[in-house]
Amino acid sequence: MTLETLGFFIAVVVKALIFCVALLTGFAYMTWGERRIVARMQWRVGPNKVGLWGLLQPAADGIKLLFKEQLQPKEAKTFLFVLAPMISLVVALCAYAVIPIDKDPVNIFGYSVEPWVSNPSIAVLYLLGVSSLGVYGIILGGWASNNKYALLGAIRSSAQVISYELALGTALVSPLLMVGSLSFHDVIKQQIDGSYFTGDGGWLILAQPVAFFLYWTAAVAEVNRAPFDLPEAEQELGAGYHTEYSGMKFAMFFMAEYVNMFTVSSVATTVFLGGPGGLPVDDSQGLLFRLLAHGPHWFLLKVYFFMFVFIWLRATFPRFRYDQLMRIGWQFLLPLGLINLGVTAIGVALQWKSYQFTLAVASMMVTLVALSLLNRKEKH
Amino acid sequence: MDEVIKDLIALGKGLSITFRNMLQKPVTITYPENKRKFPARTRGRHVLHRYEDGRERCVGCLLCQGTCPAGAIYIEPEENTPDNPVSAGERHAKVFDVDLLRCIYCGHCELACPTNAITLENNTAIAGYTRESLLIHKEELLEPKGTATLGSTVAWDPKPPTPNTGDFDGSETSSAAVGQGDRPSRKRGAGH
Repeated sequence: MTLETLGFFIAVVVKALIFCVALLTGFAYMTWGERRIVARMQWRVGPNKVGLWGLLQPAADGIKLLFKEQLQPKEAKTFLFVLAPMISLVVALCAYAVIPIDKDPVNIFGYSVEPWVSNPSIAVLYLLGVSSLGVYGIILGGWASNNKYALLGAIRSSAQVISYELALGTALVSPLLMVGSLSFHDVIKQQIDGSYFTGDGGWLILAQPVAFFLYWTAAVAEVNRAPFDLPEAEQELGAGYHTEYSGMKFAMFFMAEYVNMFTVSSVATTVFLGGPGGLPVDDSQGLLFRLLAHGPHWFLLKVYFFMFVFIWLRATFPRFRYDQLMRIGWQFLLPLGLINLGVTAIGVALQWKSYQFTLAVASMMVTLVALSLLNRKEKH
Repeated sequence: MDEVIKDLIALGKGLSITFRNMLQKPVTITYPENKRKFPARTRGRHVLHRYEDGRERCVGCLLCQGTCPAGAIYIEPEENTPDNPVSAGERHAKVFDVDLLRCIYCGHCELACPTNAITLENNTAIAGYTRESLLIHKEELLEPKGTATLGSTVAWDPKPPTPNTGDFDGSETSSAAVGQGDRPSRKRGAGH
């Protein structure tokens, strides 16, 4: 092995470690943010006693979870019982291997560092595939608990996840069709370097608002998050697939859920909001312009905005009943995604500019609304 | 589809409400830096009161012990000696224990007391590390020497009791005589 290859491997490992640590710390403070923000939306104050502004609360919770007795039902299959949360967490963290946090390689102490762990040409495919593996963690968790209600919760949860994966994938295909590549780096480059009015660049949310809405709804359902969190609500069937888990194993399921939230938010910012892109300024005119044009801080800002939207949705809406949930996934999101895909495909074939895509999608929505108004049955 | 659009607009309205809520001041009272103002009739921890001349109001009649539904009060009465009149009657309470863990804070002892000796005041922060520490004795219950308040009696009884001196010679068995207000005297007759 040459020194260069060794250096490459070390760089990849170090970057992966940095991502893991950042995600787990982010998860911890996401719980803090959620409790404080949901409290504020309910006219109360969240935890503010443990540290300044309650910032040490996640540390206190972590210590508590570590000290909790790890119960295991007598008839539970130990190997699967212990494996399930590990699968969930590892799969959730693996998805971050392909997400870039800046557009171009940066120069640190003379070395050119690429701001991503890897940049395969099939990044989106990898990400969707790896996220699908998370379903194994859920099913194994429910089965290995030897609790029929946990199993029911696990089955409900996994059915929900795989249904919405379809809607998610279909919603993602439309903007990717516009970019013409499955690599996140190409997606970012087109959004930041291209122009909305004169080319096929600009943030893809402007060109594909319907796809964004579909993607976001499917993402919230994919993560089992309110208002789609029936399988894990405490008032339903115990607490779903993680009923029998306590202590650190439960913490791992919890971590997996929040890291999944970070993943879908990151994909949303990368594909729709231009990832690390900032203001449309030229980035070669010095450090300030370089930072204004694109950078990891923009990426973080957008991901945190999406996390805020997760919290906002949770504080606002009551949860869907399970049949309503499945109906939305199959009978609303999927058909709409396919129609949107059709319109996008026509546009790509005709080589439309970005604003033409927006107009086409808008007229598609207007047509659908008009059709539904015409089809409405007369009320007597 | 149009229904969907209308529903989505309704969802947006809901989101705006929560967002606005987030920007408003929370209604939480941040205990212990700020505390609630309790109403006047709050039933908290008990206090034994005194007359203005320093004698205790409690005459060891055991009425509060008898009426307590939880059996939280334990009293041992003792005769008053002429050279040390602890209370204003013939006897006083030598031991007056209130078990704060048994007490249900109903206020019946306050209502039963003929001399307005025991009242429930607004100390609701009652906590301890051991059961023994929450069985309080007379020293902790009694008002300090020099204070002669009426406590929450004035909140329950609109006419404050007069007098507050504790001088009565037993010729009248009236509420006013023992300092419990201007209620009309009961005539002593058959059946009383």
